[in-house]
Amino acid sequence: MLSDITLGQYFPSGGVLHRLDPRAKILLLVGAIVLIFCAFNFFSLTVVVGLVIASVLLSKVPLKLYLKSMKAIIFVILITSFLNLFYGTGEVLVQWWIFRITADGIRNAIFVAVRIIFLVMLSSCLTFTTSPTDLTDALERLMKPLGIFRIKTHEIAMMMTIALRFVPTLLEETDKIMSAQKARGADMESGNLIARVKALIPILIPLFVSAFRRAYELAMAMECRCYQGGSGRTRMKQLHMGKRDVVAFAVFAVVMAGVILCNILL
Amino acid sequence: MSVLLRTEGLSFTYGINTPFEKQAVKNVNIEINKGEVIGVIGHTGSGKSTLMQMLNGLITPTDGTVYLDGADIFENKKNLRQVRFKVGLVFQYPENQLFEETVRKDISFGPRNMGLPAEAVDKRIRKAAKFAGLREELLDRSPFDLSGGEKRRAAIAGVIAMDPEILILDEPTAGLDPMGRDVLLEQIDAYHKSRGNTVLLVSHSMEDIARIADRVLVMYKGECVMLDTPKAVFARSDELEQMGLRVPQITKITTMLRDMGVALPEGILTVDEAFEQICGILRKEGKIC
Repeated sequence: MLSDITLGQYFPSGGVLHRLDPRAKILLLVGAIVLIFCAFNFFSLTVVVGLVIASVLLSKVPLKLYLKSMKAIIFVILITSFLNLFYGTGEVLVQWWIFRITADGIRNAIFVAVRIIFLVMLSSCLTFTTSPTDLTDALERLMKPLGIFRIKTHEIAMMMTIALRFVPTLLEETDKIMSAQKARGADMESGNLIARVKALIPILIPLFVSAFRRAYELAMAMECRCYQGGSGRTRMKQLHMGKRDVVAFAVFAVVMAGVILCNILL
Repeated sequence: MSVLLRTEGLSFTYGINTPFEKQAVKNVNIEINKGEVIGVIGHTGSGKSTLMQMLNGLITPTDGTVYLDGADIFENKKNLRQVRFKVGLVFQYPENQLFEETVRKDISFGPRNMGLPAEAVDKRIRKAAKFAGLREELLDRSPFDLSGGEKRRAAIAGVIAMDPEILILDEPTAGLDPMGRDVLLEQIDAYHKSRGNTVLLVSHSMEDIARIADRVLVMYKGECVMLDTPKAVFARSDELEQMGLRVPQITKITTMLRDMGVALPEGILTVDEAFEQICGILRKEGKIC
Protein backbone atom coordinates (compact mmCIF):
# COMPACT_ATOMS: atom_id res chain seq x y z
CA MET A 1 0.00 0.00 0.00
CA LEU A 2 1.04 3.57 -0.60
CA SER A 3 0.87 4.43 3.08
CA ASP A 4 3.82 2.14 3.69
CA ILE A 5 6.13 4.78 2.28
CA THR A 6 8.15 6.38 5.06
CA LEU A 7 8.72 9.95 4.02
CA GLY A 8 11.14 10.73 6.82
CA GLN A 9 8.24 10.09 9.13
CA TYR A 10 8.31 11.47 12.67
CA PHE A 11 9.09 8.63 15.07
CA PRO A 12 8.18 9.62 18.63
CA SER A 13 10.48 7.42 20.69
CA GLY A 14 11.33 10.05 23.30
CA GLY A 15 15.10 10.17 22.79
CA VAL A 16 17.32 13.06 23.85
CA LEU A 17 17.36 14.44 20.32
CA HIS A 18 13.56 14.69 20.35
CA ARG A 19 13.79 17.19 23.18
CA LEU A 20 16.33 19.48 21.54
CA ASP A 21 15.08 22.79 20.21
CA PRO A 22 14.19 22.23 16.54
CA ARG A 23 16.09 25.40 15.57
CA ALA A 24 19.22 23.99 17.18
CA LYS A 25 18.69 20.72 15.34
CA ILE A 26 18.39 22.43 11.96
CA LEU A 27 21.48 24.55 12.55
CA LEU A 28 23.42 21.52 13.76
CA LEU A 29 22.34 19.55 10.70
CA VAL A 30 23.57 22.30 8.38
CA GLY A 31 26.83 22.41 10.33
CA ALA A 32 27.18 18.64 10.21
CA ILE A 33 26.62 18.60 6.44
CA VAL A 34 29.38 21.16 5.99
CA LEU A 35 31.55 19.07 8.25
CA ILE A 36 30.92 15.92 6.22
CA PHE A 37 32.27 17.64 3.13
CA CYS A 38 35.17 19.14 5.03
CA ALA A 39 36.51 15.79 6.15
CA PHE A 40 39.35 15.33 3.69
CA ASN A 41 41.19 12.34 5.06
CA PHE A 42 40.28 9.02 6.64
CA PHE A 43 41.05 10.24 10.16
CA SER A 44 38.70 13.21 10.01
CA LEU A 45 36.11 11.00 8.36
CA THR A 46 36.36 8.65 11.34
CA VAL A 47 35.51 11.56 13.62
CA VAL A 48 32.41 12.22 11.50
CA VAL A 49 31.51 8.51 11.71
CA GLY A 50 31.50 8.95 15.48
CA LEU A 51 29.13 11.88 15.17
CA VAL A 52 26.74 9.96 12.93
CA ILE A 53 26.74 6.85 15.16
CA ALA A 54 26.15 9.01 18.24
CA SER A 55 23.19 10.78 16.56
CA VAL A 56 21.63 7.51 15.45
CA LEU A 57 21.98 6.02 18.94
CA LEU A 58 20.69 9.14 20.70
CA SER A 59 17.67 9.34 18.39
CA LYS A 60 16.44 5.96 19.75
CA VAL A 61 15.05 5.19 16.33
CA PRO A 62 15.60 1.60 15.12
CA LEU A 63 18.43 1.31 12.63
CA LYS A 64 16.03 -0.50 10.31
CA LEU A 65 14.17 2.73 9.62
CA TYR A 66 17.41 4.50 8.69
CA LEU A 67 18.26 1.72 6.30
CA LYS A 68 14.79 1.94 4.80
CA SER A 69 15.24 5.62 4.01
CA MET A 70 18.56 4.68 2.42
CA LYS A 71 16.89 2.23 0.07
CA ALA A 72 15.45 5.00 -2.08
CA ILE A 73 18.82 6.52 -2.90
CA ILE A 74 20.95 3.41 -3.21
CA PHE A 75 21.21 3.91 -6.97
CA VAL A 76 22.32 7.51 -6.58
CA ILE A 77 25.09 6.32 -4.28
CA LEU A 78 26.16 3.52 -6.59
CA ILE A 79 26.18 5.65 -9.73
CA THR A 80 28.03 8.62 -8.24
CA SER A 81 30.68 6.50 -6.60
CA PHE A 82 31.02 4.42 -9.77
CA LEU A 83 31.63 7.57 -11.84
CA ASN A 84 34.08 8.87 -9.28
CA LEU A 85 36.06 5.70 -9.68
CA PHE A 86 37.36 6.93 -13.03
CA TYR A 87 38.21 10.48 -12.02
CA GLY A 88 41.55 10.41 -10.38
CA THR A 89 45.14 11.23 -11.05
CA GLY A 90 48.22 9.44 -9.96
CA GLU A 91 49.23 5.81 -10.06
CA VAL A 92 47.13 3.73 -12.45
CA LEU A 93 45.92 0.39 -11.07
CA VAL A 94 43.80 -0.94 -13.92
CA GLN A 95 43.55 0.39 -17.44
CA TRP A 96 41.13 -0.66 -20.18
CA TRP A 97 40.57 1.39 -23.35
CA ILE A 98 39.91 4.96 -22.13
CA PHE A 99 38.99 3.88 -18.62
CA ARG A 100 41.54 3.80 -15.91
CA ILE A 101 41.16 3.27 -12.23
CA THR A 102 43.62 4.87 -9.91
CA ALA A 103 44.13 4.56 -6.18
CA ASP A 104 43.00 8.14 -6.00
CA GLY A 105 39.77 7.23 -7.81
CA ILE A 106 39.00 4.41 -5.42
CA ARG A 107 39.52 6.77 -2.51
CA ASN A 108 37.21 9.33 -4.11
CA ALA A 109 34.52 6.70 -4.72
CA ILE A 110 34.59 5.61 -1.10
CA PHE A 111 34.47 9.19 0.16
CA VAL A 112 31.53 10.13 -2.05
CA ALA A 113 29.54 7.07 -1.02
CA VAL A 114 30.21 7.58 2.67
CA ARG A 115 29.36 11.29 2.43
CA ILE A 116 26.00 10.70 0.75
CA ILE A 117 25.12 7.94 3.22
CA PHE A 118 25.93 10.22 6.17
CA LEU A 119 24.03 13.08 4.59
CA VAL A 120 20.89 10.98 4.31
CA MET A 121 21.32 9.46 7.75
CA LEU A 122 21.67 12.81 9.48
CA SER A 123 18.77 14.37 7.54
CA SER A 124 16.60 11.35 8.40
CA CYS A 125 17.69 11.75 12.00
CA LEU A 126 16.28 15.28 11.94
CA THR A 127 12.93 14.28 10.45
CA PHE A 128 12.65 11.17 12.67
CA THR A 129 13.17 13.19 15.84
CA THR A 130 11.27 16.37 14.95
CA SER A 131 7.54 16.60 14.30
CA PRO A 132 6.63 18.39 11.05
CA THR A 133 5.01 21.29 12.91
CA ASP A 134 8.11 21.83 15.04
CA LEU A 135 10.20 21.70 11.93
CA THR A 136 8.26 24.37 10.08
CA ASP A 137 8.01 26.52 13.22
CA ALA A 138 11.75 26.41 13.53
CA LEU A 139 12.26 27.17 9.84
CA GLU A 140 9.96 30.14 10.15
CA ARG A 141 11.99 31.51 13.02
CA LEU A 142 15.28 30.85 11.26
CA MET A 143 14.06 32.54 8.07
CA LYS A 144 12.84 35.60 9.97
CA PRO A 145 15.88 37.74 9.10
CA LEU A 146 14.90 37.30 5.42
CA GLY A 147 11.88 39.47 6.23
CA ILE A 148 13.97 42.57 5.60
CA PHE A 149 14.13 41.54 1.95
CA ARG A 150 10.32 41.51 1.98
CA ILE A 151 10.24 37.75 1.80
CA LYS A 152 7.04 36.52 3.41
CA THR A 153 8.59 34.00 5.73
CA HIS A 154 5.41 33.24 7.64
CA GLU A 155 3.49 32.46 4.47
CA ILE A 156 6.27 30.19 3.21
CA ALA A 157 6.31 28.33 6.53
CA MET A 158 2.52 28.06 6.54
CA MET A 159 2.56 26.62 3.02
CA MET A 160 5.13 24.06 4.11
CA THR A 161 3.10 23.12 7.17
CA ILE A 162 -0.03 22.64 5.11
CA ALA A 163 1.79 20.70 2.41
CA LEU A 164 3.35 18.37 4.98
CA ARG A 165 0.03 18.02 6.77
CA PHE A 166 -1.70 16.89 3.60
CA VAL A 167 0.86 14.37 2.39
CA PRO A 168 -0.58 11.49 4.43
CA THR A 169 -4.16 12.63 3.76
CA LEU A 170 -3.66 12.63 0.02
CA LEU A 171 -1.81 9.31 0.12
CA GLU A 172 -4.75 7.81 1.96
CA GLU A 173 -7.15 9.38 -0.51
CA THR A 174 -5.17 7.97 -3.43
CA ASP A 175 -5.29 4.56 -1.83
CA LYS A 176 -9.04 4.79 -1.45
CA ILE A 177 -9.68 5.98 -5.00
CA MET A 178 -7.39 3.27 -6.36
CA SER A 179 -9.33 0.63 -4.45
CA ALA A 180 -12.64 2.05 -5.64
CA GLN A 181 -11.56 1.97 -9.28
CA LYS A 182 -10.05 -1.48 -8.88
CA ALA A 183 -13.42 -2.60 -7.52
CA ARG A 184 -14.82 -1.53 -10.88
CA GLY A 185 -12.23 -3.63 -12.64
CA ALA A 186 -9.62 -0.97 -13.37
CA ASP A 187 -6.44 -2.68 -14.48
CA MET A 188 -3.31 -0.82 -13.49
CA GLU A 189 -0.76 -3.58 -13.60
CA SER A 190 -0.78 -4.79 -17.17
CA GLY A 191 -0.47 -3.30 -20.65
CA ASN A 192 2.14 -1.14 -22.31
CA LEU A 193 3.29 2.30 -21.18
CA ILE A 194 0.45 4.21 -22.88
CA ALA A 195 -2.18 1.88 -21.45
CA ARG A 196 -0.70 2.32 -17.99
CA VAL A 197 -0.62 6.10 -18.22
CA LYS A 198 -4.23 6.04 -19.40
CA ALA A 199 -5.12 3.82 -16.47
CA LEU A 200 -4.03 6.64 -14.16
CA ILE A 201 -6.74 9.01 -15.38
CA PRO A 202 -9.50 7.43 -13.27
CA ILE A 203 -7.28 8.01 -10.24
CA LEU A 204 -5.82 11.42 -10.96
CA ILE A 205 -9.07 13.20 -11.83
CA PRO A 206 -10.89 12.31 -8.59
CA LEU A 207 -7.69 13.05 -6.68
CA PHE A 208 -7.39 16.55 -8.15
CA VAL A 209 -11.07 17.22 -7.57
CA SER A 210 -10.78 16.22 -3.93
CA ALA A 211 -7.51 18.11 -3.45
CA PHE A 212 -9.12 21.31 -4.71
CA ARG A 213 -12.18 20.70 -2.58
CA ARG A 214 -10.01 20.19 0.48
CA ALA A 215 -7.99 23.31 -0.28
CA TYR A 216 -11.16 25.34 -0.60
CA GLU A 217 -12.60 23.97 2.62
CA LEU A 218 -9.36 24.58 4.49
CA ALA A 219 -9.20 28.18 3.24
CA MET A 220 -12.77 28.72 4.41
CA ALA A 221 -12.07 27.18 7.80
CA MET A 222 -8.95 29.33 8.24
CA GLU A 223 -10.82 32.50 7.33
CA CYS A 224 -13.61 31.59 9.72
CA ARG A 225 -11.00 31.63 12.44
CA CYS A 226 -9.78 35.06 11.31
CA TYR A 227 -6.50 33.92 9.84
CA GLN A 228 -4.86 36.87 8.10
CA GLY A 229 -1.29 35.83 7.62
CA GLY A 230 1.68 36.33 9.88
CA SER A 231 1.47 39.96 11.00
CA GLY A 232 0.52 40.34 14.64
CA ARG A 233 0.28 36.61 15.16
CA THR A 234 1.46 35.16 18.46
CA ARG A 235 2.38 31.57 19.21
CA MET A 236 0.90 29.20 21.70
CA LYS A 237 4.06 27.11 21.76
CA GLN A 238 7.16 29.26 22.12
CA LEU A 239 10.48 27.74 21.19
CA HIS A 240 13.10 27.87 23.91
CA MET A 241 16.80 27.20 23.66
CA GLY A 242 17.85 25.43 26.86
CA LYS A 243 20.87 23.91 28.52
CA ARG A 244 20.48 20.82 26.39
CA ASP A 245 20.91 22.84 23.24
CA VAL A 246 24.03 24.57 24.59
CA VAL A 247 25.50 21.15 25.34
CA ALA A 248 24.64 19.98 21.83
CA PHE A 249 26.37 22.99 20.29
CA ALA A 250 29.38 22.43 22.54
CA VAL A 251 29.65 18.79 21.54
CA PHE A 252 29.38 19.80 17.91
CA ALA A 253 32.14 22.39 18.38
CA VAL A 254 34.42 19.70 19.81
CA VAL A 255 33.68 17.39 16.85
CA MET A 256 34.34 20.26 14.45
CA ALA A 257 37.66 21.01 16.14
CA GLY A 258 38.49 17.32 15.90
CA VAL A 259 37.81 17.24 12.18
CA ILE A 260 39.84 20.37 11.51
CA LEU A 261 42.76 19.12 13.60
CA CYS A 262 42.71 15.75 11.82
CA ASN A 263 42.67 17.53 8.48
CA ILE A 264 45.66 19.71 9.32
CA LEU A 265 47.80 17.40 11.41
CA LEU A 266 47.36 13.98 9.83
CA MET B 1 -30.43 -22.10 0.14
CA SER B 2 -26.94 -22.57 -1.14
CA VAL B 3 -23.85 -20.96 0.31
CA LEU B 4 -22.43 -18.37 -2.06
CA LEU B 5 -19.70 -16.78 0.01
CA ARG B 6 -17.79 -18.34 2.86
CA THR B 7 -14.84 -17.09 4.90
CA GLU B 8 -12.46 -19.24 6.84
CA GLY B 9 -10.35 -17.79 9.66
CA LEU B 10 -10.27 -14.48 7.85
CA SER B 11 -7.88 -12.05 9.57
CA PHE B 12 -6.10 -8.86 8.65
CA THR B 13 -3.43 -6.85 10.43
CA TYR B 14 -2.43 -3.37 9.31
CA GLY B 15 1.20 -2.26 9.35
CA ILE B 16 2.78 -5.58 10.24
CA ASN B 17 6.23 -5.17 11.85
CA THR B 18 5.85 -1.44 12.41
CA PRO B 19 5.06 0.41 15.64
CA PHE B 20 1.61 1.12 14.16
CA GLU B 21 0.59 -2.55 13.91
CA LYS B 22 -3.13 -3.07 14.42
CA GLN B 23 -5.28 -6.12 13.94
CA ALA B 24 -8.40 -4.93 12.13
CA VAL B 25 -10.14 -8.24 11.51
CA LYS B 26 -9.78 -11.35 13.67
CA ASN B 27 -10.68 -14.88 12.66
CA VAL B 28 -13.99 -14.25 10.89
CA ASN B 29 -15.89 -17.39 9.82
CA ILE B 30 -19.16 -16.61 8.08
CA GLU B 31 -21.40 -18.16 5.46
CA ILE B 32 -23.58 -16.04 3.22
CA ASN B 33 -26.36 -17.63 1.21
CA LYS B 34 -27.50 -16.83 -2.29
CA GLY B 35 -30.14 -14.13 -2.43
CA GLU B 36 -29.77 -12.96 1.16
CA VAL B 37 -29.67 -9.38 2.39
CA ILE B 38 -27.12 -9.11 5.17
CA GLY B 39 -27.02 -6.00 7.32
CA VAL B 40 -23.57 -5.29 8.73
CA ILE B 41 -23.33 -3.19 11.87
CA GLY B 42 -20.51 -2.27 14.18
CA HIS B 43 -18.91 0.65 15.89
CA THR B 44 -16.49 2.87 13.93
CA GLY B 45 -13.20 0.99 13.63
CA SER B 46 -14.74 -2.42 14.26
CA GLY B 47 -13.31 -3.75 11.01
CA LYS B 48 -16.44 -3.65 8.84
CA SER B 49 -14.85 -1.85 5.90
CA THR B 50 -11.71 -3.99 6.01
CA LEU B 51 -13.81 -7.14 6.03
CA MET B 52 -15.86 -5.90 3.07
CA GLN B 53 -12.71 -5.15 1.08
CA MET B 54 -11.39 -8.63 1.70
CA LEU B 55 -14.57 -10.19 0.38
CA ASN B 56 -13.81 -8.91 -3.12
CA GLY B 57 -10.07 -9.35 -2.87
CA LEU B 58 -9.06 -5.69 -2.67
CA ILE B 59 -7.25 -6.46 0.56
CA THR B 60 -5.32 -9.70 0.82
CA PRO B 61 -5.93 -11.23 4.24
CA THR B 62 -2.93 -11.85 6.46
CA ASP B 63 -4.57 -15.12 7.48
CA GLY B 64 -7.48 -17.23 6.31
CA THR B 65 -9.29 -16.96 3.01
CA VAL B 66 -12.56 -16.29 1.17
CA TYR B 67 -14.46 -18.86 -0.86
CA LEU B 68 -16.77 -17.65 -3.61
CA ASP B 69 -18.92 -20.43 -5.06
CA GLY B 70 -16.60 -22.89 -3.34
CA ALA B 71 -13.42 -21.54 -4.95
CA ASP B 72 -10.64 -19.80 -3.00
CA ILE B 73 -10.49 -16.29 -4.50
CA PHE B 74 -6.87 -15.71 -3.45
CA GLU B 75 -5.59 -18.94 -4.95
CA ASN B 76 -4.85 -17.36 -8.31
CA LYS B 77 -4.28 -13.62 -8.05
CA LYS B 78 -4.83 -13.21 -11.78
CA ASN B 79 -8.48 -14.10 -11.33
CA LEU B 80 -9.07 -11.42 -8.72
CA ARG B 81 -10.32 -9.00 -11.36
CA GLN B 82 -13.02 -11.49 -12.35
CA VAL B 83 -13.93 -11.86 -8.66
CA ARG B 84 -14.43 -8.09 -8.41
CA PHE B 85 -16.95 -8.19 -11.22
CA LYS B 86 -18.89 -10.83 -9.30
CA VAL B 87 -18.58 -9.11 -5.94
CA GLY B 88 -19.41 -5.46 -6.58
CA LEU B 89 -18.27 -3.10 -3.84
CA VAL B 90 -19.65 0.41 -3.40
CA PHE B 91 -17.30 2.35 -1.14
CA GLN B 92 -18.20 4.95 1.46
CA TYR B 93 -18.85 8.29 -0.23
CA PRO B 94 -18.58 6.67 -3.67
CA GLU B 95 -19.23 10.01 -5.40
CA ASN B 96 -15.54 10.78 -4.80
CA GLN B 97 -14.57 8.27 -7.45
CA LEU B 98 -16.48 9.80 -10.39
CA PHE B 99 -14.07 10.88 -13.10
CA GLU B 100 -15.55 10.74 -16.61
CA GLU B 101 -16.93 13.58 -18.72
CA THR B 102 -20.47 12.28 -18.61
CA VAL B 103 -22.42 10.16 -16.17
CA ARG B 104 -23.03 7.65 -18.96
CA LYS B 105 -19.31 7.18 -19.55
CA ASP B 106 -18.64 6.88 -15.84
CA ILE B 107 -21.26 4.18 -15.34
CA SER B 108 -19.85 2.33 -18.36
CA PHE B 109 -16.37 2.13 -16.79
CA GLY B 110 -17.09 -1.16 -15.03
CA PRO B 111 -18.87 -2.94 -17.92
CA ARG B 112 -16.18 -1.73 -20.35
CA ASN B 113 -13.50 -3.17 -18.09
CA MET B 114 -15.40 -6.45 -18.26
CA GLY B 115 -14.90 -6.38 -22.01
CA LEU B 116 -18.60 -6.32 -22.91
CA PRO B 117 -19.66 -5.24 -26.42
CA ALA B 118 -20.96 -1.67 -26.84
CA GLU B 119 -24.60 -2.73 -27.15
CA ALA B 120 -24.57 -4.73 -23.95
CA VAL B 121 -22.79 -1.89 -22.17
CA ASP B 122 -25.50 0.51 -23.27
CA LYS B 123 -28.21 -1.82 -21.97
CA ARG B 124 -26.42 -2.19 -18.67
CA ILE B 125 -26.10 1.58 -18.26
CA ARG B 126 -29.81 2.13 -18.74
CA LYS B 127 -30.76 -0.71 -16.42
CA ALA B 128 -28.32 0.37 -13.72
CA ALA B 129 -29.46 4.00 -13.92
CA LYS B 130 -33.04 2.87 -13.50
CA PHE B 131 -32.21 0.69 -10.51
CA ALA B 132 -30.26 3.50 -8.87
CA GLY B 133 -33.07 5.95 -9.50
CA LEU B 134 -31.09 8.15 -11.87
CA ARG B 135 -33.20 10.04 -14.39
CA GLU B 136 -32.35 9.33 -18.03
CA GLU B 137 -31.63 12.97 -18.90
CA LEU B 138 -28.88 13.13 -16.27
CA LEU B 139 -26.85 10.52 -18.16
CA ASP B 140 -25.34 13.01 -20.58
CA ARG B 141 -24.46 15.60 -17.96
CA SER B 142 -21.05 15.90 -16.31
CA PRO B 143 -21.02 14.00 -13.01
CA PHE B 144 -19.52 17.08 -11.38
CA ASP B 145 -22.65 19.12 -12.17
CA LEU B 146 -24.99 16.77 -10.32
CA SER B 147 -26.32 17.30 -6.80
CA GLY B 148 -24.84 15.31 -3.92
CA GLY B 149 -27.61 12.71 -3.93
CA GLU B 150 -27.50 12.33 -7.70
CA LYS B 151 -23.74 11.88 -7.62
CA ARG B 152 -24.18 9.12 -5.06
CA ARG B 153 -26.73 7.40 -7.29
CA ALA B 154 -24.48 7.71 -10.32
CA ALA B 155 -21.61 6.11 -8.41
CA ILE B 156 -23.82 3.27 -7.16
CA ALA B 157 -25.11 2.75 -10.70
CA GLY B 158 -21.47 2.39 -11.78
CA VAL B 159 -21.18 -0.74 -9.64
CA ILE B 160 -24.68 -2.09 -10.33
CA ALA B 161 -23.85 -1.87 -14.06
CA MET B 162 -21.38 -4.72 -13.59
CA ASP B 163 -24.38 -6.83 -12.55
CA PRO B 164 -22.55 -8.44 -9.62
CA GLU B 165 -23.73 -11.63 -7.93
CA ILE B 166 -23.05 -9.96 -4.59
CA LEU B 167 -23.50 -6.25 -4.09
CA ILE B 168 -21.72 -4.77 -1.09
CA LEU B 169 -22.71 -1.26 -0.07
CA ASP B 170 -20.58 0.48 2.55
CA GLU B 171 -22.81 3.05 4.23
CA PRO B 172 -24.65 4.05 1.07
CA THR B 173 -26.93 6.51 2.87
CA ALA B 174 -24.27 8.36 4.89
CA GLY B 175 -24.58 12.10 4.49
CA LEU B 176 -27.91 12.02 2.63
CA ASP B 177 -31.01 13.83 3.84
CA PRO B 178 -33.76 11.70 5.48
CA MET B 179 -35.86 11.66 2.32
CA GLY B 180 -32.88 10.68 0.17
CA ARG B 181 -32.00 7.90 2.61
CA ASP B 182 -35.45 6.36 2.52
CA VAL B 183 -35.71 6.50 -1.24
CA LEU B 184 -32.24 5.09 -1.80
CA LEU B 185 -32.89 2.27 0.64
CA GLU B 186 -36.16 1.43 -1.05
CA GLN B 187 -34.38 1.36 -4.38
CA ILE B 188 -31.75 -1.01 -3.07
CA ASP B 189 -34.50 -3.23 -1.73
CA ALA B 190 -36.35 -3.13 -5.04
CA TYR B 191 -33.15 -3.87 -6.94
CA HIS B 192 -32.48 -6.85 -4.71
CA LYS B 193 -36.01 -8.19 -5.16
CA SER B 194 -36.03 -7.92 -8.93
CA ARG B 195 -32.48 -9.09 -9.52
CA GLY B 196 -32.52 -11.69 -6.73
CA ASN B 197 -28.85 -11.31 -5.90
CA THR B 198 -27.08 -11.14 -2.57
CA VAL B 199 -26.70 -7.76 -0.88
CA LEU B 200 -24.42 -6.78 1.99
CA LEU B 201 -25.37 -3.47 3.51
CA VAL B 202 -23.07 -1.73 5.99
CA SER B 203 -24.95 0.88 7.94
CA HIS B 204 -24.99 2.84 11.15
CA SER B 205 -28.74 3.12 10.96
CA MET B 206 -30.37 0.27 12.86
CA GLU B 207 -33.70 1.35 11.36
CA ASP B 208 -32.37 0.79 7.84
CA ILE B 209 -30.96 -2.59 8.79
CA ALA B 210 -34.15 -3.69 10.54
CA ARG B 211 -36.15 -2.75 7.50
CA ILE B 212 -34.41 -4.71 4.77
CA ALA B 213 -31.99 -7.25 6.25
CA ASP B 214 -32.66 -10.99 6.35
CA ARG B 215 -29.75 -11.46 8.72
CA VAL B 216 -27.58 -9.09 10.70
CA LEU B 217 -23.81 -9.39 11.11
CA VAL B 218 -22.38 -7.62 14.14
CA MET B 219 -18.69 -6.71 14.16
CA TYR B 220 -16.95 -5.82 17.41
CA LYS B 221 -13.22 -5.12 17.74
CA GLY B 222 -12.49 -6.99 14.52
CA GLU B 223 -14.51 -10.06 15.39
CA CYS B 224 -17.84 -11.26 14.10
CA VAL B 225 -19.79 -11.57 17.35
CA MET B 226 -23.30 -12.21 15.97
CA LEU B 227 -24.81 -13.35 12.70
CA ASP B 228 -28.50 -13.97 13.06
CA THR B 229 -31.97 -12.72 12.13
CA PRO B 230 -32.70 -9.08 13.02
CA LYS B 231 -35.20 -10.26 15.65
CA ALA B 232 -32.63 -12.41 17.38
CA VAL B 233 -29.85 -9.82 17.18
CA PHE B 234 -31.94 -6.88 18.34
CA ALA B 235 -33.29 -8.95 21.22
CA ARG B 236 -29.81 -8.74 22.72
CA SER B 237 -30.00 -5.01 23.26
CA ASP B 238 -27.84 -4.98 26.41
CA GLU B 239 -24.95 -6.63 24.61
CA LEU B 240 -25.34 -4.32 21.64
CA GLU B 241 -25.24 -1.27 23.86
CA GLN B 242 -22.03 -2.48 25.43
CA MET B 243 -20.52 -2.54 21.95
CA GLY B 244 -21.54 1.05 21.34
CA LEU B 245 -24.49 0.00 19.21
CA ARG B 246 -28.20 0.19 19.84
CA VAL B 247 -31.45 -1.36 18.74
CA PRO B 248 -33.92 0.48 16.48
CA GLN B 249 -35.70 3.21 18.41
CA ILE B 250 -39.09 1.63 17.82
CA THR B 251 -37.83 -1.66 19.29
CA LYS B 252 -36.69 0.19 22.39
CA ILE B 253 -40.05 1.93 22.75
CA THR B 254 -42.08 -1.27 22.32
CA THR B 255 -39.83 -3.07 24.79
CA MET B 256 -40.47 -0.29 27.31
CA LEU B 257 -44.20 -0.54 26.66
CA ARG B 258 -44.01 -4.31 27.22
CA ASP B 259 -42.23 -3.72 30.51
CA MET B 260 -45.08 -1.39 31.47
CA GLY B 261 -47.52 -4.22 30.87
CA VAL B 262 -48.77 -3.51 27.37
CA ALA B 263 -49.45 -6.83 25.61
CA LEU B 264 -47.10 -6.28 22.66
CA PRO B 265 -45.12 -9.17 21.16
CA GLU B 266 -41.34 -9.26 21.50
CA GLY B 267 -38.98 -8.05 18.79
CA ILE B 268 -40.90 -5.39 16.91
CA LEU B 269 -38.45 -3.88 14.46
CA THR B 270 -40.25 -1.38 12.26
CA VAL B 271 -42.62 1.50 12.83
CA ASP B 272 -45.20 -0.11 10.52
CA GLU B 273 -45.12 -3.33 12.53
CA ALA B 274 -45.52 -1.41 15.79
CA PHE B 275 -48.38 0.58 14.33
CA GLU B 276 -50.22 -2.60 13.35
CA GLN B 277 -49.72 -4.19 16.76
CA ILE B 278 -50.73 -1.13 18.76
CA CYS B 279 -53.81 -0.61 16.58
CA GLY B 280 -54.72 -4.26 17.17
CA ILE B 281 -54.57 -3.80 20.93
CA LEU B 282 -56.54 -0.55 20.88
CA ARG B 283 -59.14 -2.12 18.64
CA LYS B 284 -59.51 -5.05 21.04
CA GLU B 285 -60.02 -2.64 23.89
CA GLY B 286 -62.58 -0.82 21.81
CA LYS B 287 -60.72 2.49 21.98
CA ILE B 288 -60.63 2.90 18.20
CA CYS B 289 -62.67 1.26 15.56
